[in-house]
Amino acid sequence: MNNNNRHLISILMENEAGALSRVANLFSARGYNIESLTVAPTDDPTLSRLTLVTSGNEQIIEQIVKQLNKLIDVVKLIDLSETDAIERELMLVKTKASGEQRAEMMRLAEIFGGRVLDVTEATYTIELTGAGGKLDNFLRAVEKDAILEVVRSGATGIARGQKALHA
Amino acid sequence: MEPITGAEILVRCLKEEGVEYLFGYPGGAVLHIYDALYVQDDIKHILVRHEQAALHAADGYSRACGKPGVALVTSGPGLTNAVTGIANAYMDSIPLVVFSGQVPTALIGNDAFQEVDAVGITRPCVKHNFLVRDIKNLAETIKKAFYIATTGRPGPVLIDLPKDVTIAKAEYHYPKKVKLRSYSPTVKGHAGQIRKAVDMILSAKRPMIYTGGGVILSDGSPELVELTQLLGYPITQTLMGLGAYPATDSQFVGMLGMHGTYEANMAMHECDVLIAIGARFDDRVTGKIDKFCPTAKIVHVDIDPSSISKNVQVDIPIVGSVPNVLRAMINVIRDEKLKPDAEALTRWWRQIDEWRALKSLSYRQSSEVIKPQFVIQKLYQVTGGQAIITSDVGQHQMWAAQYYHFDRPRQWINSGGLGTMGFGLPAAMGAKFAFPDQDVVCVTGDGSIQMMLQELATMKQYHTPVKIVNLNNGYLGMVRQWQEFFYQKRYCMTYFEALPDFVMLAEAYGHVGMRIEKPGDVEGALREAFALKDRTVFLDFLTDQTENVFPMIPSGGGQNEMLLAERDEMVSTHDEGMVLL
Ligand SMILES: Cc1cc2nc3c(=O)[nH]c(=O)nc-3n(C[C@H](O)[C@H](O)[C@H](O)COP(=O)(O)OP(=O)(O)OC[C@H]3O[C@@H](n4cnc5c(N)ncnc54)[C@H](O)[C@@H]3O)c2cc1C
Ligand SMILES: Cc1ncc(C[n+]2csc(CCOP(=O)(O)OP(=O)(O)O)c2C)c(N)n1
Ligand SMILES: [Mg+2]
Repeated sequence: MNNNNRHLISILMENEAGALSRVANLFSARGYNIESLTVAPTDDPTLSRLTLVTSGNEQIIEQIVKQLNKLIDVVKLIDLSETDAIERELMLVKTKASGEQRAEMMRLAEIFGGRVLDVTEATYTIELTGAGGKLDNFLRAVEKDAILEVVRSGATGIARGQKALHA
Repeated sequence: MEPITGAEILVRCLKEEGVEYLFGYPGGAVLHIYDALYVQDDIKHILVRHEQAALHAADGYSRACGKPGVALVTSGPGLTNAVTGIANAYMDSIPLVVFSGQVPTALIGNDAFQEVDAVGITRPCVKHNFLVRDIKNLAETIKKAFYIATTGRPGPVLIDLPKDVTIAKAEYHYPKKVKLRSYSPTVKGHAGQIRKAVDMILSAKRPMIYTGGGVILSDGSPELVELTQLLGYPITQTLMGLGAYPATDSQFVGMLGMHGTYEANMAMHECDVLIAIGARFDDRVTGKIDKFCPTAKIVHVDIDPSSISKNVQVDIPIVGSVPNVLRAMINVIRDEKLKPDAEALTRWWRQIDEWRALKSLSYRQSSEVIKPQFVIQKLYQVTGGQAIITSDVGQHQMWAAQYYHFDRPRQWINSGGLGTMGFGLPAAMGAKFAFPDQDVVCVTGDGSIQMMLQELATMKQYHTPVKIVNLNNGYLGMVRQWQEFFYQKRYCMTYFEALPDFVMLAEAYGHVGMRIEKPGDVEGALREAFALKDRTVFLDFLTDQTENVFPMIPSGGGQNEMLLAERDEMVSTHDEGMVLL
């Protein structure tokens, strides 16, 4: 199998200086793909949760998981793409919004479940959450030159059902 | 309890870990530590002449005796000098604990004098590292470092110590044990997998056992010998695995890989079941991956899951430590009175013996010029095969591996993964500290020896008599060989137009120097040198400048595509062969 599939990997790691660098280093040193990465402390302040999106064939993903597990700071991890999971990403988009564009943009934001957070006479700043694909679709739906700025948080995720990742 | 300084805590911890030798070099950031070392004599500090040598010596010590090696360097240039040694240990999975000085915590990040980001620089080449910011964590961090370095797949661990932490005071408490929620290596193999593996192993018609450094690191040699002899299967070993199974036993078919024997590589290529034990399918072993063991089902025993199916997909993975897993296999075979297919095995051995008959390690002897292979053969004879041999990197390393037959583990000490020229001499010194009563020999080349030559002074100071066998071909021979084969003999920058007089140099350092120019003098010189029990002797053998290492699989080639001595035309083969050296 040589399919380059997208994987959402969620890592519970020691909340220590250097832990994030170890993960980031691993990806650059071994030439793995890294599409996005988010990290923040959890309810347990000694732990942080890092979620990353990568891609590769089965063998590469297997190595990535093994190499991550090998890092002393990594407590546990789960490949959310292998289970039933919820993926969410936050996106902030600043768009042009003048004249006829105004109503159209508002309608589009509503269709995608977005919220307008800030308004000027010429722009909207819209907040959207969803899986990465949905956010891509929104950007595709908006006229290209109407987009002034895009900020994406990178994907995070959590397994559905009773499954929970803890130390 | 009286609070004591960080430096004192460090020394106490080392004592508690049973550390005998600390290889190091002082500087501003570690002065408190040196002051604490001054007032005790349990831990013997060895003052090397370059920090890289401190690491290699600690590494050689560890490889020789199995205990972790310990080194101490100052901040900045001390640490950067040590990096090669750290990376070397990392690539070969050698347990080391390295202490580096750091600027005071308040100055970290300020481009302070002799500041480098030690944990940042070393992160890719350590098993783990720590920056200790608070004296309260010092003792526990040291305990963790020893635990991490020596368990699971071993490796170097670095502790970076800001100067203020070494003078701050705390009560001394060394934990008896540490537990890390994020680290617990699997030692015992999965019983179901072991059972499946045994079935596959016994079903083999053309079995092959392929073992590596993991057997040595885990002291799994007794179990390996027992299992191999119980099965009667052929066994080959990587460069890192030599000695785990006695080379003089008839089941051993020689080293495999780029410079392995014809029979080992052919048997790998033709086998139907491959039993890989503590080996990591390195590219110097596999050759071109698509051509690797094309007909084999593979069992792989390794303590590091990431070694398994990294380069080659295997059929039965077993995560666990070699002695445990092999013991479990032996038990299953004995308890159930299982037997290999004797008839198939006889046929297989007949085939292997045919390959063996080619005598792929033969070379043309000369009465005029010293053949490097001949020196190693004589070295083997003169030392009765008993010496600890360390090596540098190059052709001489391969000849040492091919012609000195290692019968016990930890007898052969060399840099395989990083291939660090300069490793041999300090490693020999480290091994001599571990085994002062044994003959220790450093097999080296005219290029490699010049990378750590200054350690001759350390060896004089601490009286570690080692025999240095310099296979002096006037060239960076291994590179010259590649230029001969793959770059139409364009010998760019591989000839030394100036070499020192090594005899005078040895004498300048207070040792004995000998130059040997005739094949007839080789044995006599070796005997003379080994008779000088308490002296370091530098034997400068002027050897054939054009000799090449055979067999050779050009990188990119398959295991059955070997170049053999004086049989093949040397032509530039695969483009891929040009990529690696
Ligand atoms: C000039 C030069 C030429 C070379 N030519 C060759 C050649 O022809 N042939 C050759 O073989 N090599 C050659 N090498 C060496 C090569 O580069 C590799 O270093 C070597 O092949 C790796 O050996 P290994 O597979 O035994 O792995 P090692 O590096 O020794 O790794 C040990 C493995 O064992 C595992 N392990 C550790 N502890 C345990 C345990 N307790 N239980 C189970 N598993 C454990 C580790 O996880 C790892 O996978 C050459 C090197 C140089 C510099
Ligand atoms: C530090 C370092 N630099 C460069 C190399 C590349 N290299 C590999 S073998 C070799 C030649 C070694 O020459 P010498 O020590 O004389 O050994 P010989 O091959 O001649 O036996 C070189 C330069 C290396 N392995 N290590
Ligand atoms: Mg040379």
